Amino acid sequence: MDLNTILQIFDSTLRLATPLLFACLAGLFSERAGVFDIGLEGKMLISAFFSAAIAFTSGSVWIGLMAGLLASLVLSLIHGVAAITFRGNQLISGVALNFLASGLTVLIAQNWFAQGGRTPSVEGAARFQEIALPFVETLRPVPLIGPFYAEVISGHTILVYVGLASVVLTWWVLFRTRFGLRLRAVGENPAAVDTAGISVVRLRFAAVMICGLLCGLAGAFLAVGLNAGFVKDMSAGRGFIALAALIFAKWRPGLALVACLLFGFLDAVSIRYQTISLGGMVIPSQFMQALPYILTVVILAGFVGRAIPPRAGGEAYVKER
Amino acid sequence: MDKLPRWADIALIPALNLFLALFVSGLVIVYIGENPFEALRILVVGAVGSTGGIGYTLFYATSFIFTGLAVAIAFQARLFNIGGEGQAQLGALGVGLVCLALPWPHWTLALPAAVLGAALFGAAWAFIPAYLQAKRGSHIVITTIMFNLIAGALLIYLLVGPLKAPGMSPESPAFPDGAALPTARQFFEALGITWRRSPLNVTFLLALAACVALWVLIWRTRLGYEIRAFGQSEPAAIYAGISPVRITVVVMLISGALAGMMAINTVMGEQSRLLQDNVQGAGFVGIAVALMGRSHPLGVFLAAVLFGALYQGGGELEFEMPAVSREMIIVIQALVILFTGALDGMVRRPVEQVFARLRRAA
Repeated sequence: MDLNTILQIFDSTLRLATPLLFACLAGLFSERAGVFDIGLEGKMLISAFFSAAIAFTSGSVWIGLMAGLLASLVLSLIHGVAAITFRGNQLISGVALNFLASGLTVLIAQNWFAQGGRTPSVEGAARFQEIALPFVETLRPVPLIGPFYAEVISGHTILVYVGLASVVLTWWVLFRTRFGLRLRAVGENPAAVDTAGISVVRLRFAAVMICGLLCGLAGAFLAVGLNAGFVKDMSAGRGFIALAALIFAKWRPGLALVACLLFGFLDAVSIRYQTISLGGMVIPSQFMQALPYILTVVILAGFVGRAIPPRAGGEAYVKER
Repeated sequence: MDKLPRWADIALIPALNLFLALFVSGLVIVYIGENPFEALRILVVGAVGSTGGIGYTLFYATSFIFTGLAVAIAFQARLFNIGGEGQAQLGALGVGLVCLALPWPHWTLALPAAVLGAALFGAAWAFIPAYLQAKRGSHIVITTIMFNLIAGALLIYLLVGPLKAPGMSPESPAFPDGAALPTARQFFEALGITWRRSPLNVTFLLALAACVALWVLIWRTRLGYEIRAFGQSEPAAIYAGISPVRITVVVMLISGALAGMMAINTVMGEQSRLLQDNVQGAGFVGIAVALMGRSHPLGVFLAAVLFGALYQGGGELEFEMPAVSREMIIVIQALVILFTGALDGMVRRPVEQVFARLRRAA
């Protein structure tokens, strides 16, 4: 394996980690506020479809992105109404929304484009273009750093950089603002927040909508950044990997980046190599694909560092009468 | 005093939820530009209008009864087993290994062995999440989701590797003829009744037996009492000397075994070989079925037949109304889960208010 191959793997690692990262941060906001969301997958999917479909019809990737975000926000709103307003089971609501997205996207795609549940492929201004960062050519002669900067860091679509910035922003919002403090408190002890005269319902809705926004970015990146159009069930379990990454990261933004890069790396390696032989032992690619899930179970089991979720997670808040 | 009379709780509310789900589904069909009443007619005729249709409806229902019961027994102990899909995949593996192991002379010998294989493998796949939930407090919903995805990867690995039949497609060799289950068609033709071809097979009777057995278990045995007590209130159950670890593990073993047995229907009754996906979403339909059936075996049976009809009729719908693709079934299923499971309070609260007003007036 030469340096070039390694750089290419790192390059696709960053690319493949981006949708996971958006979805993981989405889950982080929701779960930190005490609302479980296993519907990340569905929100990604519906956003992927609408961003590809509208980007294709309008010819503008930005209008497509708006449509994707809107669709994802609508699902978030339903989740919020079910989980917060009517105090329904948050897990069941998530399951339902995943199915709803999986069915509706194909149904509408077939109705609009009649291409077997996919959108036509998008190109040009209907897709996010790769951008070269400044100083790529100036830095290139510098050993190691130069090629790394040129191959791995530069040359991605704008959303990859937005994803990286979101990590910092999420940390800042959650740990350095009043809103973040309240949001974390509402996931640990909603009664205390209520006593302080702050609306639990409003805070949780805010968190759920932020979650929808970030899932929307994940889906849009999938359809018009990473790929060139929507295909049936294209989120392919990424919403669940993001959930795994969230547990892996113990609900912290910085660790979320690390976890998503790790899972992105596993994905990049399994795409590049069908089988890997390590000192005579052959590892099938299916094992690499299942590794994020296996690692999550190990982490959840608490054998390697315990992951403790927000205390009030999954429960609707009932004001005392 | 209960807020609602019993009939309202078990019949009126599910009916209202179902009505809402179908109403929204109808709106979707209107949006696509078709007539929802015509769609409903095609769906009903397709599902129950012919012996072939009925055969397919009950074939699907058989799968859904098993996965529905699996989710229902877990609900009784207030556990959410979302891992039916993975447990059924492992059940399929158990069935496949049993059927491929011996040149079975007759199905009466193969079936009991396959039941054992399916139940054992399904239960084993549920055991790990159950143990981790009981002993380490790992959230069972997340672990069972992970186990679904791991099961999928495992089956793909086995079917492109060790279990692969010669040829291109990733599937196991065909089972011996002696492992083929008798179908409804054979049964009715022996009686001199013409019955169109469908994969409905003897597993349906097994599913009915499972409903009865589960009813006895939940309401007529000590273990069932302990399961319900644990589901109603964990602290009270612990105070009464019921071990939460034992109940969690036992319930999940039963649940996994039931989900695994679903695979007998598809793998032995229809495919006669292992494929990459032997479950066809039945694991998830089980959630909708258990919710609609209020976690009662009779309710599960009725809801499973309803969903069987939906699956069979939905296939016909796609055939006769090409604008409405097969995914319409998934949308309807999603709406049923949403309205009966998550938005139950939206219907329940107004209904409770109406009954409270009636009671005051009386």
